[in-house]
Amino acid sequence: MILTNIESVPGMRIKAQYGLVSGSTVRAKNVIKDIGAGLKNMVGGELKSYTELLIDARKEAVARMTEQAERMGANAIINVRFATSAITAGAAEVYAYGTAVVVEQIAG
Amino acid sequence: MDIIFFLLFSAITIIVTFITGTVVEKNHFNQIKKREIALIRKPIVNYGIKKWAPSRKVKSVQLVTGEVVISGDYFKNFVANMKNFFGGRLTTFESILDRGRREAVLRMREKAIGANLIVNTRIESIMVNDTSTGESIPQCAIIAYGTAITYE
Repeated sequence: MILTNIESVPGMRIKAQYGLVSGSTVRAKNVIKDIGAGLKNMVGGELKSYTELLIDARKEAVARMTEQAERMGANAIINVRFATSAITAGAAEVYAYGTAVVVEQIAG
Repeated sequence: MDIIFFLLFSAITIIVTFITGTVVEKNHFNQIKKREIALIRKPIVNYGIKKWAPSRKVKSVQLVTGEVVISGDYFKNFVANMKNFFGGRLTTFESILDRGRREAVLRMREKAIGANLIVNTRIESIMVNDTSTGESIPQCAIIAYGTAITYE
């Protein structure tokens, strides 16, 4: 599966379009991580455990989107966008969406 | 007596977090500068390829992302709360957001170290405040993403 966030796949031609695919996940912080992060919060700096959480959330959103595209029979997703929202205190949503397409190599 | 104890505790927290926050921020900025200089020859643009096509044959394209969650400290929050009363620039928060965005972009670029350029870079950010504790210190989650293009 080829993923791009531009309107095409460079070096390839779009053969068919299957429409919008999307995947989302809502993640909450866990209590044990919260305690560590609470201390880090006072001191300042990067919250590594939350960064990992964000990476996991992004991976899962992309995986769900990719799964949907595979079921449609697509081999690439173009114009992928990420959107995020804070649903309640301590929880965040990561939403990924794009257009599922079939691409083929340009001959020559 | 209680009031004195509380004020003393707050004062100590503010001083300690001022020192730790300053040290952490200074180190982070130094690190960011070094990494940015190392990547200075790697172009990164925030437009797509609608009007501009790569001049060479493309071998592979890949979506790359960089994530970071960054937070301020107690001292920064205290200063910002004071400033909020009078208005004006919240310089203590500006530096947090600046650090976070630059870090996220750097992480994205470091993932695409073999690629020739990154196009259509987007930066997405949210504030994830935990308001349940009452006085909340702002945390910012940032995702930077783009398409890494490798020439043949």
